[in-house]
Amino acid sequence: MTVSDLERKQEPKRAGLGPAGWLRWSWRTLTSMKTALLLLFLFALASIPGSLIPQRGVEPDQVARLYEESPDLAVWYDRFQLFDVFSSVWFAAIYLLLFTSLIGCIVPRTGTYLRELRRKPPAAPRNLSRLPHHAAFESDLTVEEAARRLRKLRFRVVTGDGWVAAEKGYLRETGNLLFHVALLGLLAAVGIGSVFGYRGNVLVVEGDGFANTVAAYDRYMPGPRVNAESLEPFAFELSDFQATYQVGGDNSGQELDYSAHLKVNDSPGAPARDYELKVNEPLDVNGTQTYLIGHGYAPEFRVTDGEGQVAFEGPVPCLIEDKPTLTSGCVVKVPDAQPSQLGFLLRFLPTSTPLTDGGHASSFPGAVVPEVQVLGAFSGDLGLRSGVPQSVYELAPPEIMKKLNPLVMGEAAGDPLAVGKSLELPGGAGKLEFTGVKEWITLQIAYDPGRLPALLAAGTATIAIVFSLVIRRRRVWVRVKDGRADVGGLTRTEGSAAGFAEEFDEIVKELAGDKDVR
Amino acid sequence: MSAETLAELSDLFVVAAVLLYLAAMIGFAVELAFGRARAETRQVRGGARVPVGVGAEGDTPHPGEVAEASGGAVAEGPEPPAWARKAGTVALVIAWLGWAANLTAIATRGLAVDRWPWGNMYEFVVAICFAAVTAFLVAHLRQNIRFLGAFVMVSAALGLGLAVLKFYTVAGPVVPALNSYWIAIHVSAAILASGMFVLAGASGVLYLIRGDGLSRLPSKDDLEKVAHKAIVVAFPLWTFAVIAGALWADKAWGRYWGWDPKEVWSFITWIGYAAYLHARVTAGWRGNKATIVQLVAFACLLFNLFGVNIFISGLHSYADVG
Ligand code: HEM
Repeated sequence: MTVSDLERKQEPKRAGLGPAGWLRWSWRTLTSMKTALLLLFLFALASIPGSLIPQRGVEPDQVARLYEESPDLAVWYDRFQLFDVFSSVWFAAIYLLLFTSLIGCIVPRTGTYLRELRRKPPAAPRNLSRLPHHAAFESDLTVEEAARRLRKLRFRVVTGDGWVAAEKGYLRETGNLLFHVALLGLLAAVGIGSVFGYRGNVLVVEGDGFANTVAAYDRYMPGPRVNAESLEPFAFELSDFQATYQVGGDNSGQELDYSAHLKVNDSPGAPARDYELKVNEPLDVNGTQTYLIGHGYAPEFRVTDGEGQVAFEGPVPCLIEDKPTLTSGCVVKVPDAQPSQLGFLLRFLPTSTPLTDGGHASSFPGAVVPEVQVLGAFSGDLGLRSGVPQSVYELAPPEIMKKLNPLVMGEAAGDPLAVGKSLELPGGAGKLEFTGVKEWITLQIAYDPGRLPALLAAGTATIAIVFSLVIRRRRVWVRVKDGRADVGGLTRTEGSAAGFAEEFDEIVKELAGDKDVR
Repeated sequence: MSAETLAELSDLFVVAAVLLYLAAMIGFAVELAFGRARAETRQVRGGARVPVGVGAEGDTPHPGEVAEASGGAVAEGPEPPAWARKAGTVALVIAWLGWAANLTAIATRGLAVDRWPWGNMYEFVVAICFAAVTAFLVAHLRQNIRFLGAFVMVSAALGLGLAVLKFYTVAGPVVPALNSYWIAIHVSAAILASGMFVLAGASGVLYLIRGDGLSRLPSKDDLEKVAHKAIVVAFPLWTFAVIAGALWADKAWGRYWGWDPKEVWSFITWIGYAAYLHARVTAGWRGNKATIVQLVAFACLLFNLFGVNIFISGLHSYADVG
C-alpha cells in the first residue's frame, strides 16, 4: 500500500452543500494522509523556535536577560508564547490535530488492511513474458506441484486452470499500520505523562534529609491531575557526597566522577537502606525517580552578634560562579542578630591560591585549601519581614541594599578566611567564623507514568518501520502448458525492486526442480 | 605505550587519513573525468546473472526497459583509456588505506583516553567521517559505486580537516555524565547513521547537479538507488539512536524527552528523512523533489551536529567546542 494508493482511496470528495457536508469534508480532509503528513511537518517546524529561543521552563535566567536587553522583543515573544513553546496553545493545537488526524487515518486503514489480508493473489496475466521478471523452461511441472513449491517458499497461493498465482510480503502492511498505531501510542504516552506525572527540584546539604511531600520541594511542577497526597512517601538522608577531579595534565580540574551516599526509607517506618546515587544511576522508588543533577559547596559559618550571642550557625549553600574552579558566591543573612540584623556577601574558594597582585582565586574545584573571602558585611534591616519573597542567593533587593550600613567592604576585610578563622566586625558589631565545609547536591525527582508505555510504543514503531521499509510485496505467477513452464514476477512496492531479481532466480530454480541451489 | 604517545599517534593518523583521502579523491576524479560518459538510462553492471536482468520495478512493467536491460551494457562514446580505470582502482586501494588510518586514529585515541572515543565534537566528527567512508567502501564491496568515490573522499577529508582545525580537543577524560555504557549505544548508532546519511547526501547533491543527458556523472537512477539504500538502512538506525538517547536521558536527566535543542533537531531530522521515504512513493514527488527533501533532512542533520553544538547551549553541550 503506497501513499499514492491511499491518497486515491481517501481523496476527500467534493463536499455537498450544507453543514453536514462541510463537516464530513472537514473530517475527511483532516484525516487524509496528506494532512497527517502536513501536521507532522508543522509539529517539527513548530518545535524549532523552542530550540532557538530560551525556554522559561529550562533557562528562566536567559529569559529574564532577554527581558532586560530587549524588552520590546521579549514582550512580543511572550505574546506568541515563544518562551513556553512546548506548553503553548498553538503547539497543543498542532499536537491535538495530529492526534485526531492519526486516529482518523488509522481507522480506515485498518479496514483496508484487513480486507487486504484476506484478498487472494490476483489471477495470472495472459502473457507472463511481459512482466518485469520472466523465465521459461521445459518441464512437466503440474499446477499442484508448482503451488506446493511456492507454498514451501511461504507464498500465499491460488491456482486456476493451468496457472498459479502467488504473493508474499504481507508483513509490510502490518508493519506500516503498526507503525502508525505505535506513533499514536507514543503521543498518548507523552500526554499521560504530562497529565498524571510531576517533577520537582530540591537542594540538599550533607547531613540533611528530604521527605517526598509537596512542601519539601524548592520547585514543584505537577501535571494538572496530580494529587498532592499521591506522592510516593519515601524519604532519605544525604550522609555524604564525594567528587573526584583530574589532577594535573591538560584537563586538570575536570570532574571525573561524583556520587552521593543516601540512607533511603522507601516508606515511612521501612528500614533504611544505603544507596549510592550517581549521574546515570537514579534512585527508583516504585517508579518515582530521584536524579542527581548538580552539586556545589555549602561552607559552614557561625555568626556571633553585637551582644555576644550566637545568632546563626550552619551551612550556607553557595551559588556556583565559575564552573571549572567551583568558585562560589554565598550570602549569609542573620535576621536574629542583635542589636541590628547582619548580612554578609562572601566568596568561597575551594582551592584558594594567592595571585601576584595580592588577591586570591580558586585554582581547582576540589576543596584542597578552602577559604572564604568577605566581599562585604552589612548591618541594618534586611527587609525579610516585609512579606516580599526574597531570593536566598541575594542579600537584599537593590532598594534595601542602599539603606544598609556597610561595616566592612572588599579590601578592608583582609585576606580570605581559612577554616577555623574568623572576622571581627568593626565597632563590636559581631563576628563571622568560618567553621567548616559541606557540599550540597541538587536533585530532580520525577514521576512519569508514561515512560514505559512511551518506550514500548517507540520500540514498536521502530521495529514496525523496519518491516514496512525492508519487506516488499511480491507476486509470482506460473503458467504450465505442453511441457513448458512460464514464470513471471513483479514487486508491488515501489522502489524496493533491487534484489528481487536474485530472489526471482531462486524461485525459478526452486520451481525448475534444481534442489541443489536451495 | 603511554597515553601521551598514543594520543600523539592518533593525531598523526588523522592527518595521514586526510592526505590519503585526498589522494584517493584525485584518483577517483581522474577515473570519472576520463571514464566513459553515461546516458540517463539503466545499465547492467558486472554481468547480469540472468536474461531478466536488473528489471524494472513498480506495479507496471516497462517493456522498453526490460528489452534494454536484457540487451546488456549500454555503450556510449569511445572505450575509456585503460589508465583511467587503473586510476580508479588505485584510488580504491588508497581509500582503504585512508580508512585504516582513520580507524587507527580512533582506536589509539580510545586507548589513550581509556573510554569510548566519541565524547566530544572533535572525536565525534572524526568518527562520522570514518563511518561515511566505511559506508562507501562496504557498499562498494556489494555493488560498484566507484562513481561516488571522489565525492565521499572530499567530504571525509573536509570533515577531518574541520575537526582538526576547528574542534580539536586534547585527549582527556569526559564529564561523569558521559561515563556510561549508553555512550556506546546511543552515540555509536548516531555516528553510523550519520555516516550513511553522508553517503546519501553526496548522491543527492550529484543527482541534482547531473543533467538528464549524456554525462560523465553516474546515471540519475543509480544515484537515487544508492541514496535510497543508504537511507533505508540509516533511518531505522537513526530512530534507534534517538530512542537510545531518550532512554539515556531518562537515566541522566530525569526525563526521556524534554525538547532540548539536540532533541528538537534530531526529531526534525527524523521527520525529514521520513518525509523523504514517503515522498519517494508519492506520485509527482519522485525524483527531484524527493531528493530535495532528502537534502533538507541532511541539512538538518548537519545543523544538529554543527549549529546546535556551536550556537545553542543545552543539556547536550558536552561537545567541548573551541
Ligand atoms: C532524548 C534524548 C536524546 C536525543 C534525542 C539525542 C540525540 C542525539 C543525536 C541525534 C546525536 C547525534 C549527534 C549530532 O548530530 O550532533 C547525539 C549525540 C550525542 N549525544 Fe545524545 N541524545 C539524547 C540524549 C543524550 C544523553 C542523555 C546524553 C548523555 C548524557 C547524550 C550524549 C550524547 C553525546 C556525547 C553525543 C555525541 C555528540 C557530540 O559530542 O555532540 N545524549 N545525541
